[in-house]
Amino acid sequence: MDFLILIQVLDSTLRLATPLLLVCLAGLFSERAGIFDIGLEGKILAAAFVSAAVAYTTGSVWVGLLAGIGASVILSAIHGLASITLKGDQIISGVAINFLAAGLTVVVAQAWFGQGGRTPPLQSGGRFEPINFPGAIPSKEMADVGPVMQLYSELLSGHSFLVYVALLTVPLSWFVLYQTRFGLRLRAVGENPAAVDTAGISVVGMRYAAVIICGVLCGIAGAYIATALQANFTKDMSAGRGFIALAALIFAKWRPWYALGACLLFGFFFAVDNRFQNILLPAWSLSVVLLLTAFGLAGYIWRKDLLDKIVLGGLGLGIAFVSVLIVASVWSAGLSTQIKIPVVFIQSLPYILTVVVLAGFVGKAIPPRSGGVPYVKEK
Amino acid sequence: MDVMPKWADVVLVPLFSLVLAAFLSALLILAIGESPSEALKLMVEGTLLRSAGWGYMLYYTTNFIFTGLAVSIAFHASLFNIGGEGQAMMGGLGVSLVCLFIPWPHWSLAIVGASVGAAVFGMIWAGLPAYLQAKRGSHIVITTIMFNFIAAGILNFFLVGALKPKGSMDPATANFPASTHLPTFEDMAQLLGFEKMFRSAPANVSFFIALLACVVVWFLIWRSPLGYEIRALGKSEPAARYAGVGSVKIIMITMMISGALCGLMAVNTTQGESERLILNFTEGAGFIGIAVALMGRSHPAGVFLAALLFGFLYQGGAELALWTKIPREMIIVIQALVILFTGALTLMVRAPLEQLFLAIRRG
Repeated sequence: MDFLILIQVLDSTLRLATPLLLVCLAGLFSERAGIFDIGLEGKILAAAFVSAAVAYTTGSVWVGLLAGIGASVILSAIHGLASITLKGDQIISGVAINFLAAGLTVVVAQAWFGQGGRTPPLQSGGRFEPINFPGAIPSKEMADVGPVMQLYSELLSGHSFLVYVALLTVPLSWFVLYQTRFGLRLRAVGENPAAVDTAGISVVGMRYAAVIICGVLCGIAGAYIATALQANFTKDMSAGRGFIALAALIFAKWRPWYALGACLLFGFFFAVDNRFQNILLPAWSLSVVLLLTAFGLAGYIWRKDLLDKIVLGGLGLGIAFVSVLIVASVWSAGLSTQIKIPVVFIQSLPYILTVVVLAGFVGKAIPPRSGGVPYVKEK
Repeated sequence: MDVMPKWADVVLVPLFSLVLAAFLSALLILAIGESPSEALKLMVEGTLLRSAGWGYMLYYTTNFIFTGLAVSIAFHASLFNIGGEGQAMMGGLGVSLVCLFIPWPHWSLAIVGASVGAAVFGMIWAGLPAYLQAKRGSHIVITTIMFNFIAAGILNFFLVGALKPKGSMDPATANFPASTHLPTFEDMAQLLGFEKMFRSAPANVSFFIALLACVVVWFLIWRSPLGYEIRALGKSEPAARYAGVGSVKIIMITMMISGALCGLMAVNTTQGESERLILNFTEGAGFIGIAVALMGRSHPAGVFLAALLFGFLYQGGAELALWTKIPREMIIVIQALVILFTGALTLMVRAPLEQLFLAIRRG
C-alpha cells in the first residue's frame, strides 16, 4: 500500500473518530458518575440540528456551536431530572430522549425551513473551516513531496478546530477525573454514592454536574457533525454514532485514554469502509480464520455445562458452516481465489467487537458499580 | 405507599401521562402554525370513520401488540429487551426462507410454517444476548442494541446478495408464491358478503394471531408456574433463587419468548403486507413496543389497548402528513413523550394524582 494512501486513510480516520471521541468522553463522565445514558444519540442529533439551523440563520458558526451545546444540555437536564431527581428508569429516559430528538428535529426543521426536514446548506462563516498549519501544502501537490511533509500536511494539518478540541479533551478528561478532587468525587459517586453522601458531599450535585458535562460534550459533537463534517443538517444524520460511542466506551472499559484508542479504531473501520469498496482476501485464509474461531469455541466449551455447549457450540457450528460454504463456492476455481469481504461486515465490526468484549472473552469490562441505580438517601 | 387505589394506579396514571403528552404535542402543533383541533379531526376522520382507515390502524396495531407483548414479558423478569427491532428483522428472514423455499399448498399451512420460522429466528436472536446476560453478565440493554445493528447488517447482506433475484435492483427478495399470501380484511369482508369494506388496507389474519398471543401471554404470566417464576425473578433475584428458581434458565426462556414474539411481527409485515422481504420493514415497531408496554403497564389487556392507540396514532400521523404541513415524525414526538411520562417521569405524573386522592380521603 502506498504511504500516501495510508496517510489519507488515517486522516479520514481522525475526522470520523472525532464525533465518536467527544460522545464517548461524554458518556464516560455520565456513566462514571453512575448515570447510564442511552440518549447520547438523541443529544448529538438535537445539537446537530440546532447548531446548523442557528449557524445558517445568524451566519456565525460560533453562535451555532453555542446553541447546539444549549440544546444538548437541555436534553441532558431532562435526563438528569428523570434519573436523578425523580429516580426514574435511566434507560427508559434515554430511549425517550432519542425519540424526542429524532422527532422534534424533523418537525421543527420542516416548519422552519420547509425542505423536508433538512436545513439549507451552510455558507462559509456558517461552518468550521479547516485550519492549515504554517508551511502545510495543499493536497494537489501532496504526491510530489516527501513522507514527513505528507504526514504533516495531510494528517496533522487541515482539520477543523473541533478536531483539535476533541483530541485535547482526552488529556483534559483524564486530568479532571484522576488528578482533581472533583474527579475523585465524581468517580466515587458512580461506585458508592452512599459513602460519598456520608462524607458530606452532595450526590445529586455531583451527578447533575456529570450529566451537564455530558451534554456539553455531546453538543460539541453534534455541532461538529453538522457544521464541520457536513455542511447542513439532514434527517437522522447522527446515524447511530451515539450507540457506537457507547460501544467504544465499553471497549475502552470506561477510561479516557483507552477511549481515544477505541474511537480511533472504530473511526479507522469507517475510513476503510469509505475508501475501499472491495476488500479482497484469498479464500483459504478466510476459511482458516473462521475454522480456527470455530475450533476455539469448541475447545472452550469442552468442560462447560449444557447451555454453554448449545449456545457457543451452535455458534461454532454456524461459523464452521460458513467456512465450508466458502470452500465449496471456490472449489472449482482453486482455494487461492480472492473473496470479497462484505461491506456490511466492516460496518458491523464495532458492534461485534463490543459484544465480544462484553462477553468477557477478551478481558473483562466492568461498569461502574452503581451505574443505572438511582440514589435514595437513607431516612 | 398505597395512597391511590389500585384501579387509579393502573388506569389514571397512563391516562394522565397520555393527556400530558397530548397537551405538549398540541402546543408543538400550535407552534409550527397548525391547528391542533383540526389535526385531531383529520386523524379521527382518516382512521376511525373509514373502514380502510381501520384496516391500516389494525395492521399497525398487530405489529405493536407483538412487540409490546415482547417488551412486557421481559419487563416482568426485570429485563429490558430493547432489541425488538433486530429480532423482528431476523424474524422477517425466517418468514422469507420458509415462504420462498417450501412449496406450501395453502396459506393456512404457510402461516403456521412462517410463524414457526419467524419465532425460531427471533428466538435465536434474543437467545444470544440472553445467554451473555445469564452466563457472562453482559448488560442486556447494551448487547441487544448491538444486536439490532448486527441484524440490520445481516438483513442488508442477504437482501443485496443471496436472496435478491437476478437482475433486480431493489434490495428485496423475490415475491412470495401466491399460495402463501394471507387473506386480508378485505378478502374476509367479501367472504361474509360485505363488498367495498377495508379497501386495499393491509390488515390481515395475523391480527388474530396477535389477539391469540395476548391471551397466551396472559395465561403464561399469571396462570402458569413458569409465569410465577418469571415474575419472582423480576421482583427479587435473591428471593427467587431462595425459592428454587434458576435465574439462568428463566432469563434464557423469558428472552427467547420475547424474541419469538418480536419475530412473529414479521408474519404480519412480510407475509401479510409486502409479500416479500424488504429493507426497513420493521419501521421502528420494535421500539414502539417499549412505549406500548409502558403505557399498557405490561399487562396483555393494557398492551392491546395501547397498541390500538399507537395504531391510531400511526395511521392518523400518515393522514396528517398527507393533508397538512405536520410531518409523520410528529408521531415519534408523541411516542417519546409517552415513554418519558409513563417510564421515566412516573414520580412527577403520580404526585398530583396522589395529592388529589389524599385530598378526597381527608374529605
